[in-house]
Amino acid sequence: MRKYNLYITAKKGIFDPAGATAQSALDNLGFAGVNSVKIGKLIELETADEVNTDMVETMCKKLLANPIIEDFRIEEVQ
Amino acid sequence: MSFRFGVVVFPGSNCEQDVVYALDYLGYTADYVWHQDHSLAGCDAVILPGGFSYGDYLRCGAIARFSPIMEAVVRFAQDGGPIMGICNGFQVLTEAHLLPGALIRNKGLKFLCREVPLRVEQSVCQWLKPTTQTLRLPINHNEGNYRCDAATLKSLVDNCQVVLRYGAPDCAPGYVPERAPGYVPERASGYVPERASERVSERVAGGAPGSMPSSASDAAGLAGAAGTAEVAPNGALDNIAGICNREGNVFGLMPHPERVCDGISGNSDGIVFFETIAQRLCAV
Repeated sequence: MRKYNLYITAKKGIFDPAGATAQSALDNLGFAGVNSVKIGKLIELETADEVNTDMVETMCKKLLANPIIEDFRIEEVQ
Repeated sequence: MSFRFGVVVFPGSNCEQDVVYALDYLGYTADYVWHQDHSLAGCDAVILPGGFSYGDYLRCGAIARFSPIMEAVVRFAQDGGPIMGICNGFQVLTEAHLLPGALIRNKGLKFLCREVPLRVEQSVCQWLKPTTQTLRLPINHNEGNYRCDAATLKSLVDNCQVVLRYGAPDCAPGYVPERAPGYVPERASGYVPERASERVSERVAGGAPGSMPSSASDAAGLAGAAGTAEVAPNGALDNIAGICNREGNVFGLMPHPERVCDGISGNSDGIVFFETIAQRLCAV
């Protein structure tokens, strides 16, 4: 069995309203020095051994992420 | 010549009955098409209704896009068949790459449910005549913030694919391609929809219990949250509310024209889309 963590985040330049709101909330709570908050998704995949990174990348491009607005990063976990 | 509308129903769609009601009210024939079907045979125009297809899981429209019926929808679009995606239907069309760009969370993080003034642009859209009027239609969404890259926006503008923009009712109508993104029509900031404010004052005069937030403070709050004077209540790029494809047969919009067809809910501005495409179908 293989395990993958997929990190999906707003593409650079795409406004992340949830992150911006959390950032201003932190500011209101008195936490100084927070320059940026970005909120994304973590998708955990458990796959058969033959599912390689290339296949996971295809899954991300086709369904799990929308390349128009999102970036993704694939990490295989042990 | 008789023609039929097909209204696609995904699990989680919730405006399909409104669409069929509106079409029925206008005297047109409409049938539901189940998402597991593989054919649009017999349909002359297709409408993807609003709602929360597949619970909006993953991203709005992301799962619906792979429904069996969508292969037929893509073929229908490629063959030049008229398709309109309303709200969630618009999101499905972008996910299916039948329309460029994507719709993300509203800028103020609020679900927006209100009537908005819209400016009709000079476009190639088959669902709307390039009139120089404005429309008032209800919006009802959480993810209506239209986004695309600069090259796509330029191509949308250059090819007259921007169909509707959020705007003030007296803003100058017409198409201004050399306008920079972020342009704000005059009187845009602090604009209060007339009818909404009238309704609020009626409630106050009638002594209705509970305090309704006035639309004035609501509008001010939005402008404040956004930090800009943009007109789009959801933060949409270039105030875009609706776009079509290069050919003009595939059209997506966030507002709900089907809800304002019978006149009961404030006005009848929604009729124009269905009448325009019906006239086109009759002329074939």
